[in-house]
Amino acid sequence: MTLLAVERIKLLTTRSPWWCAAVTLAIVIGFAALITGTMETDAQVSVGSSQFGYGFGLAVIMVLAALSITTEYRFGTIKTTFLAVPNRPAVLLAKAAVVALLALVIGELAAFGALGVSVLLAPSADLALNSGADWQQVAGIGGIYALTAVMGVAVGALVRHSAGAISLLLIYAMVAEPLVQIVPRIGDDIYKWLPFNVAEKFLSGDGAARGASQAGPPLSTSTLSPWLALAYFAGIAVALLTAAILVARRRDA
Amino acid sequence: MIEAKGLTKRYGDTLAVNDLSFQVRSGTVTGFLGPNGAGKSTTMRMILGLDRPTKGVATVNGKRYHELRHALSTVGALLEAKWVHPNRSARAHLTWLARANGISKSRVDEVLDIVGLTSVANKRAGGYSLGMSQRLGIAGALLGDPEVLLFDEPVNGLDPEGILWMRKFMHRLADEGRTVFVSSHLLSEMSLTANELIVIGKGELVAQSSTADFVARATEQAVRVRSPQLSLLKDALTSDGVTVRDEDDGVVVSGMDSETIGELAAKHSIVLHELSPQLGSLEQAFMNLTGDTVEYHAH
Repeated sequence: MTLLAVERIKLLTTRSPWWCAAVTLAIVIGFAALITGTMETDAQVSVGSSQFGYGFGLAVIMVLAALSITTEYRFGTIKTTFLAVPNRPAVLLAKAAVVALLALVIGELAAFGALGVSVLLAPSADLALNSGADWQQVAGIGGIYALTAVMGVAVGALVRHSAGAISLLLIYAMVAEPLVQIVPRIGDDIYKWLPFNVAEKFLSGDGAARGASQAGPPLSTSTLSPWLALAYFAGIAVALLTAAILVARRRDA
Repeated sequence: MIEAKGLTKRYGDTLAVNDLSFQVRSGTVTGFLGPNGAGKSTTMRMILGLDRPTKGVATVNGKRYHELRHALSTVGALLEAKWVHPNRSARAHLTWLARANGISKSRVDEVLDIVGLTSVANKRAGGYSLGMSQRLGIAGALLGDPEVLLFDEPVNGLDPEGILWMRKFMHRLADEGRTVFVSSHLLSEMSLTANELIVIGKGELVAQSSTADFVARATEQAVRVRSPQLSLLKDALTSDGVTVRDEDDGVVVSGMDSETIGELAAKHSIVLHELSPQLGSLEQAFMNLTGDTVEYHAH
């Protein structure tokens, strides 16, 4: 518990998390306003379409999470940290937990904010959360952001340089993973198992939250059930964090 | 007490620290002296558990660093003043350190007061001068009221006032019975600060002795002698540990003091025209001792 408090103090006494939080909210809610506001009729607006900005917010969460650890390396405070708490696995676990919690809060605020702004702009649209799929599409975003934050901390701890870690995360999630699909023959089969595609499965499932219009980003090609998809995504986050902890234990600070 | 046993650190082909063993006692300031690149910082990082020794072990009060519970209450260290997030205030920096080691919040204000940073405690650390950063680092080291303190080149870049403050401060800590281990590449600085010296060069132990002994030995003087009967004198000076070297119209004798040379000349009825002790600087003496162990030579 002490370490969680320590990491909370460290995270919130610098500016970047606040900026990242503000930018995530602005992007996700802003996108919802843009999409909902430009739909021709309210009938085309759905719970799913209100969450269009999720992927862009995800990118900012990656930046936030990676920076939370790479700035420690950049400014040398990681040494101060390991002097104060020589138990490195505990430090990294606490940091991952605190950053994940912050990402969860940001994700929920962003998702419900996006839904809220859509309700305001399209009062007659069916935006009530009246099925499990609807809830997953909105409330699930916090969970995916939290797990992504764990991945960001892990990659940041492994790479140790802000620019390197952030480029790696963004290029993978935004460019490399979707591009795998164009690999002939095996591309689609591999893509089915790639983490951010699988995470989309948890959120949008078979598109039930998208109403009749089916407006929203492409649906996931994962064959897992939504909850298995979440477990799979979480498993990857845990594996990355475990690798980061093992490496940090051995490496010179 | 700090103890190193066979401490070794290898980076690829480079042996940064080689089989280093020493003890640092409490209640005194022990200087850790060596040229730049001798392995002082690496040794300190190994003592503090930041770097993993290739071989050997370093302990503080009989325990390895990572075995210490609430490490900051046993060991305080200042390795690099700039190891602070520039956007965090001094108070926030000390607050998280204190929280991590079960140290009360009031202690944060206490150490800020000790180092004289109370008035700027809420300002961002990125705006601090080097002297202020150094003081913040010291505040962090003192936070847990530790028995053992390590400082790596603490006076580097400080103005004379800061250097004097630092020197007095370390003596005060030692007088309180603490173990103070401070590294420097300047013998002149160490001769004013440290009571004991551990000298290393190229990662290996060169000497461990009291500062007074080391300085006396290191600055052991040469004596310049001129005489019309130089060859007679040279014959008379042949004894163990004495070297005679020709210089200009006389000789320079080392390994024997001027009194002995004078008495020897009188005994052999040799006329002397000059008998003058040559005062070497501390720097020169230090160079003589560690000269062949300096890693990077300028040619």
